Amino acid sequence: MSIPTASIPITLTINGVRHRLVLDDPRVTLLDLLREQLHLTGTKKGCDRGQCGACTVLLDGRRVNSCLALAVSHDGAELLTIEGLAQGDALDPVQAAFIEHDAFQCGFCTPGQIMSAIGLIREAQAGDDPERVREAMSGNLCRCGAYAGITEAVLDAQARMRRQRAQGKAA
Amino acid sequence: MNRFDYVRAGSIGEAVAAAVAPDSAYLAAGTNLLDLMKGGISRPVRIVDISRLPGLGKIERLADGGLRIGALVRNSDLAHDADIARRYPAMAEALLSGASAQLRNAATTAGNVMQRTRCQYFYDTASACNKRDPGAGCDARHGETRSHAVLGWSEHCVATHPSDFCVALVALDAVVELEGAAGRREVPLESFHRLPGDTPQIETVLAPGELIVAVRLPPQAAKFAAHGRYLKVRERTSYAFAVVSAAACLRFDNDKIAEARIALGGVALKPWRARAAEAVLAGRAPGADIYREAAAAALADARPSGDHNGYKIELARRLVARALALAAAGTPERLPALPASPFAQAAGVPAHG
Repeated sequence: MSIPTASIPITLTINGVRHRLVLDDPRVTLLDLLREQLHLTGTKKGCDRGQCGACTVLLDGRRVNSCLALAVSHDGAELLTIEGLAQGDALDPVQAAFIEHDAFQCGFCTPGQIMSAIGLIREAQAGDDPERVREAMSGNLCRCGAYAGITEAVLDAQARMRRQRAQGKAA
Repeated sequence: MNRFDYVRAGSIGEAVAAAVAPDSAYLAAGTNLLDLMKGGISRPVRIVDISRLPGLGKIERLADGGLRIGALVRNSDLAHDADIARRYPAMAEALLSGASAQLRNAATTAGNVMQRTRCQYFYDTASACNKRDPGAGCDARHGETRSHAVLGWSEHCVATHPSDFCVALVALDAVVELEGAAGRREVPLESFHRLPGDTPQIETVLAPGELIVAVRLPPQAAKFAAHGRYLKVRERTSYAFAVVSAAACLRFDNDKIAEARIALGGVALKPWRARAAEAVLAGRAPGADIYREAAAAALADARPSGDHNGYKIELARRLVARALALAAAGTPERLPALPASPFAQAAGVPAHG
C-alpha cells in the first residue's frame, strides 16, 4: 500500500495518552515528532545519529534510539518518555536515585540515561554486577563524565524496585 | 535526508513488487538506513516498510535440529534467548558485542546482514568512493587506513564489513533464505556478500527487489555448543566496531579436535571464513603451537591495503590463537560481563579499574 506522503495519519500512545497525529512528511522521526509536534522536549537530540543515547525512549516497552525510528513506521505504538515517569511530585525510583547519587552534572544526557536505565532494569540481564550495568549503559554517553554516579544510581534504583516489589507481594 | 515515497508492504509479494523499482530500499528498524540517509550517503526514492510483514519475526526450532531466524527477529531477542545462547554461544556473544542495548533492541537479523561498511570515506560525501559513486575513485586507498581491509580488497575498495553477528553466522555455516520476483532461493551466508573487485558498489548477490526472509543455521551448528567463542578487539571495550574479531568453534572427539570453525571480522568486505586454518586443526591435539599454526594459515594471504593497517595482520593472528584457546577451554557458563572482550577476566573480576 503506497501512502500519499503529504499528510499521513498515525496514532501513538505516549505516556498513557492516545494521540491522533498527522505527519506532514514521512521523514519525521519519533524524536522530532516528540519534540517539535508534541513539545515533549525532555527527550534530547544529541547526535541525531544513534551514537549518544540522549534520545532514548521506551518503544513498546523497550529502550530504543528515537532519532533512528521513523514515526510513520510505528503507527499504533506505545511510547514512554521522561515526562511520563513521575506521578505528580513523586519521582520514579530511577529519577530519585539519579539525584541521590549525583548521577549528572549538566543534565543534557540525563533523560536518555534514565530511560535507558529503566529499559535495562526491565531487561533484567545485568543483575547486581556493576560491570554488566556499565556495559548495558554503554549506549548512553555522558560528556560530563558522571558515569560512576550513574552506575551507582542504576544499581540502587534496581535494588529499591526489587524491594518494593517484594513488599508489594508480602502485603 | 532526501524526500522519498513511503510504501507499507502488506505481504512479501507486495514488498518485492514495490522494491523492484530502481533506487528502492527496504526499511525494517532503520538503525543503519536512517543514519545513512541523514548523512546523504543513501538517497532512496522509495522506502518499502517491511516491519509489519507477518511471519518474519519468528525464531523456529526446526525438526532436523536446525534453527530458522526470521528476518525481523531483533538482535536482543535472539541473543537473550537462553536456550539459543547455550546452543550457539559464539553467535550470542557476537550479537552482544555489537552496537548498544538500544540499537540491539531495534536492529533486525536481516538488517544486520544488510548493514553497510563504516569506512569513513564511504560516510564522508566529500570523499571519493567507488561504492557510493561508481568510478569516482577511492580516497581511502592512500588515506587513513587503520580500520581497513587486509584480505580480499582491491584497488577499487578497501572497506570492511562491520558485522559481528555475521562472523559467527559464517563460522556456523548459516544459510540466507531469499524471496524475489523469480521465487525463493537460498544462498550460503559465506557467498552472500561480495568482495569489491572492480564493482564495489555491488555489495551482495541480491537481485533487484529480492528480500531476505530468514537466516538458517544447519543442525551441525549446535555441535559446537560446548566450545564456542567470539572475540573482538575494538578501540573501546563496548559500543565500537571491530578492529579485528574472530569466531572460534571447536568440536572434540576424545582428546583431539574433530572439527574447527574459524571466521574473522574487520579484515575484509565480507565475514571471512578461514577454512585453511580449520584444516590445520582437524584431527590434532589442542595446544598453543597448533593454534598459532592455524592462525598463520588464516592470515596467509593477508596484505596491508594501506600504510596504516599492516598491524591488523599480526593482531588477527594473535586474536585467532586466543579465540581458539578460549574456545578449547570451554564455553563459559554465563557470557562474560564484557562480551567478546579479549581482556575479560574470570567472573567477578573487573576488567577496568
